[in-house]
This record gives sequence, structure tokens and C-alpha cells, in this order.
Amino acid sequence: MSDSPNHRFEGTDRYVATDDLMIAVNAAITLERPLLVKGEPGTGKTVLAEEIAKSLDVPLIPWSIKSSTKAQHGLYEYDAVARLRDSQLGDERVHDIGNYIVRGKLWEAFTSDDGAVLLIDEIDKADIEFPNDLLLELDRMEFFVYETKETVRATRRPIVIITSNNEKELPDAFLRRCFFHFIRFPDEETLKRIVDVHFPRLQLRLVEEAMALFFELREVPGLKKRPSTSELLDWLKLLGAEKLDSLPKVGSLPKLHGALLKHEDDVELVARMRDRGRRGR
Amino acid sequence: MFGEFFETLRQVGVPVTLREYLTLLEAVEKEAAEYRVDSFYHLARATLVKDERWFDRFDLVFAHVFADALESGDFLEQLPAEWLQRLAERVLSPEEMAKIEGVGDWQQLMDLLKKRLEEQKERHQGGSKWIGTAGTSPFGAYGYNPEGIRIGQDGSRHRRAVKVWDRREFRDFDDSVELGTRNIRVALRRLRRFVREGAKDILNLPATIRKTANNGGYLDIEMEAERHNAIKVLLLLDVGGSMDDHIHDVERLFSACRSEFKHLEHYYFHNCLYERVWKDSRRRHAETVRTEDVLRTYPRDYKLVFVGDASMSPYEIVTPGGAVEHQNEEPGRVWLERATAKFQNFVWINPTPRDHWEWTHSIGMIQDIVEDRMVPLTLAGIERAVDLLQ
Repeated sequence: MSDSPNHRFEGTDRYVATDDLMIAVNAAITLERPLLVKGEPGTGKTVLAEEIAKSLDVPLIPWSIKSSTKAQHGLYEYDAVARLRDSQLGDERVHDIGNYIVRGKLWEAFTSDDGAVLLIDEIDKADIEFPNDLLLELDRMEFFVYETKETVRATRRPIVIITSNNEKELPDAFLRRCFFHFIRFPDEETLKRIVDVHFPRLQLRLVEEAMALFFELREVPGLKKRPSTSELLDWLKLLGAEKLDSLPKVGSLPKLHGALLKHEDDVELVARMRDRGRRGR
Repeated sequence: MFGEFFETLRQVGVPVTLREYLTLLEAVEKEAAEYRVDSFYHLARATLVKDERWFDRFDLVFAHVFADALESGDFLEQLPAEWLQRLAERVLSPEEMAKIEGVGDWQQLMDLLKKRLEEQKERHQGGSKWIGTAGTSPFGAYGYNPEGIRIGQDGSRHRRAVKVWDRREFRDFDDSVELGTRNIRVALRRLRRFVREGAKDILNLPATIRKTANNGGYLDIEMEAERHNAIKVLLLLDVGGSMDDHIHDVERLFSACRSEFKHLEHYYFHNCLYERVWKDSRRRHAETVRTEDVLRTYPRDYKLVFVGDASMSPYEIVTPGGAVEHQNEEPGRVWLERATAKFQNFVWINPTPRDHWEWTHSIGMIQDIVEDRMVPLTLAGIERAVDLLQ
């Protein structure tokens, strides 16, 4: 389709995109195929879709998947109960079946005039067959509504971003149709850029100390949930709110550790380890 | 060259298909990425590889097929004539071009080109660019991007700037497990057996209609119990020592399948089953359960699944007092036999690769005790286990 959005994504002032991520996103935009994004929790998979929508100035249509979500929910649902009720009450609306077709997120994305970014969030939460059920719709960007005998076709193919947390393996047929990007945990330099973008006014010393401690925590073996980018950002936000210049050195746990360590066992583990480290010195 | 790349990827087991290959060609044609070798690398990876576990292999193949070829002069020969021509125009003076074209000898052109590129490199040592990078042909970037090509360099890769694909950052993601959890789940699903039991609290519509019709139109409601999976599994897992490498996979597998079973109970043991087992490996010395009680608690219709590498000293199986951690009155063999006698449907899943079984004496001994109901942790193994459990 020649009138497809021909913009390029270059990251935004709130989102640091690495080269490989930009290439994957732009390939998906140019070739109009879905982009599957995986990565550790908290590395900005969902935020990516928001930022793409913002930078291309198109609406974002998020579709959060749950274990009970069916592919059909994304297309449309026929509310037979409402129609039955209306027929009992003698409502005129009952004669047009179209009144009872509830549009799903895919329909919404297909009919958006300016194009759209469709975010299918956490696709691995759904049943194993869910991705397969969406193959044709995502491929052809059209589907058929049996009740009204109409075909819904995308006027402008939406940019489809799909995220997965690796809880289930996705079917091969589905994978073949996507571009794939794995968001790695950022290296120190990239992380510094991310922090700068979010907290340009934080004290340099505080940021450096906080990041050193953060990387140390990530190296602790046996953590149930390793802190990741979003946890670091939350933590810095809290530290910033306290107006500190540097990290206070009290106790065996870092200040406001609750933002970094979400598991009781992890807190215990880190406390024990740091205690031991101090005594050893 | 693309073809070779694709072929090699398939050879090393990265699941790429023709469709993805065509998508890559399409992406190159539509200029989805800049003509730089780094961009091409990222584009190819996003197109061809769909799981981070294959990234490392992809990197190796990329280095092998492209980078090595880029380093040696061989690459020139593989360039289409048109691009070579352009490269030559850029590097050689018009007089030299005229001379070679007069002769019409490709070999000579190639030699001269190599020589000239070499000279340029020396002249501009330390500089970041020694030939322009403003190429327009798809191979342009490789042809004269100094980061991509080393022509006739004296052979050492060590001095080359480390490229993305040489850093091999994804090595940890490669788990050469051929068996995905998805496959195992599908296999284990065959274990399901749906039965209706319990309170009748669901309306059976077809039966209600039939009975109502039989009743001359007066409503006669028929209720039935909900259908659910009646499979019950008792899992005995070997932990510690040589099993540490495997135990995580096994636990994850069974927790993923938890919804497939009505009951899934697990206990841990160490190396061989003895008189005590435990539920929480961190509190194993504080809270243990008598194996006898476990065998008594669960009814016969439970399926018993052992998971263990069965690798230990033979004494631990046959001799009283042979256990590594405590003084056991009865040998492990006795306890294994008690367990298998109680539960008719049992199987032993051994995560050690099948080929290695012969090398460990104790595996053979355990195999005898469990009547050859030992399977490896592969798809075929799990399928056999499902058959054995039914």
C-alpha cells in the first residue's frame, strides 16, 4: 500500500532507543509487519509502543491480553443478550443486528483514519492457540463479520507491536510473520542516558552512587526478581523527591529499597549479603 | 552470498524459513535500513531470528559468512560486476581505469584494486575513514566501509575492531534444549482424563430439551456435574548435587503444567529415595516427612513420577547405611520398590542425555528397579512416559 505511514522512528526525548531497536521498528513500519518485542520485565516493552505512537503522532490502541482473552474479542463481539432483552421490551433497535456488534481493538485500529499503533500487550498470557487465531487477520489486515455480512478492511495498516514475557512459546507460523526484537538489559552507558532523559536535574553524585549500587544488586546471585530499568527509575524518583545529594550509608539495605527489591526473600538475601560484606571488611 | 548465509543458518539449527528470507530481501529492497553493515546485521537479525536463544548462533554465522569474507580479498570476487565497477571508479584514477578496460582483464583489475586499497589504508592510518562511505549499491557499505572490510590485512582478527556479532553477548541465551515447554505441554496434555464427578450444578441443555419434549412440553430440568481433569500426580524429585543443573527446568515444566492436573503433589529426595522426604528444600533438615506416610497418604490412582539423574554410588542404592547424608537402616532399593509396588503407574524421568546412560552404573541399577520405565527428558521421552502412565 503506497499511502502507508512512511515515517521513521528515531526514539523520543523520553525514550532512548538503541540502534538495533530503531532498525527493527522501522523495518516493521516499512514492511507493515508486526513487531514482536521480548525482554526482561521492566525494560520498556510496553512504553515502546506508546513512544512510537507519540513520535509518529498517531493514536495508540492498547489491547492487554489476559489468560481468558480470545482472538475473537479483538475483532468484535455479538451481544446476543442485549438483543434478546431489547426484543422483550419491543425496542426498535432490535431489527438491526449491527446495533449489537461490539467492536474490538483490531476493528478500532483498522478503521482509524490516521493509522494507529496497535499494542497487543503480553500475548503470552493468552491460550497457546491465541496467536494462531490472529494470523490471517494480522496478515491481511481484514476480517469478516458473519452477523452483518461485511468485511472490515484496514484503510491504513496499523503498526502492530506485540510484547511477550516468554511465559509461553509462541507458534512458529506466527513468529514467521513478525519481526523480532529482544530488548536487552541496557549497558551502563545506555542506562546513564536513560536516567539522564528522565531525571536531568538529579545530583550527579547521587545518580552515580545509585547506579553503582543498582548494578551491584543485579549481580547478586539467586535473586527472585532482579531489579530492572523501571525499578531503577522508580527508585531514583523517590530518592529525588527526598532531595538527597548522595546515598545515606545507614543500615545494611539501601534507602527506600522497596522500590528495587519486590520480593521479601530478595530483601532478606541482600541484607544478609551486605551485612557479611561489612563484617568481612 | 545471502543464499549461503541462509543455508548456514539452517545448518546450525536456527529455524529460518524461506518466508523470512524473502522478507529480508524485501526489506533490503525497500531500504528498511541504512546501507551500513551494522544496520544490515540488525535488520537481518530482526527478520530471521525469532527467539533470543538463537542470537548467538546467528552472530557466529554472520561473522563466518559475511565478516570473514569481508576480510579476505575473496569478497571482491563475489561482488557483482556492476558494484565492482563502481568501487573501482572510486578508488582508481581515470587513467588506470582506461588502461584496464583496454585490456579487459578482470583479474588484473582485482589485483590492482587490492593493492590500491592496501595503499590507501597505509596512507591514512589512524584516520577513521580511508575510502568514502557514501555508497549506493546494497553491497556498497561492505565494499568500502572501513569498518566492514579489511583487504589483504596481515591476517589477525584480534586487531579488528570488535563488531557487534563478535561480542557474542547472547551466548547465555542459547540453551541447546531441543525440547520447548510448549511441546512438553502438548505431550502432557494427553495425560488428561476428563470425568464428571461431584455436585450436579450445571444445566445439561440437550438432555433438558429431550426430557422436556418427552414430558409433553412440561419443563424437566436435567443437571450434571462439571467436567474436570481427574489426573493426579505424585512427583518425587531428586535435588542437590548433580541434579542442580536440571532441577530448575523440571520444576518450571511441572509448574507450567499444573493446570493440566487435578492434583500435583511433590516431594524432594536426595540421590535415592530413603525413609524421609521433604517439601521445601531450604528447610529440608527441619521439616521432613516420613516416606512411609507419603506412600500411605496418596491413593493408588495417583501417577508416580520420579525425576532424577540416578547418578550415584551403587552403595547408595543397595547397602544399608550407604546414603551420603545420613545413616539409613534400609537400602534405597527397598524404598524404591515399596513406592513402585504401591503405585502401579509410575515412570522415572532422567534429565541426563540418553547416550550417557550406559556410562553410569547406577543408572542401570535404577532402570532394573523401575522395570525399565525410565525415559529421557526429551519430547519422545515424555511421550513414552505418558504412554507408560496410562
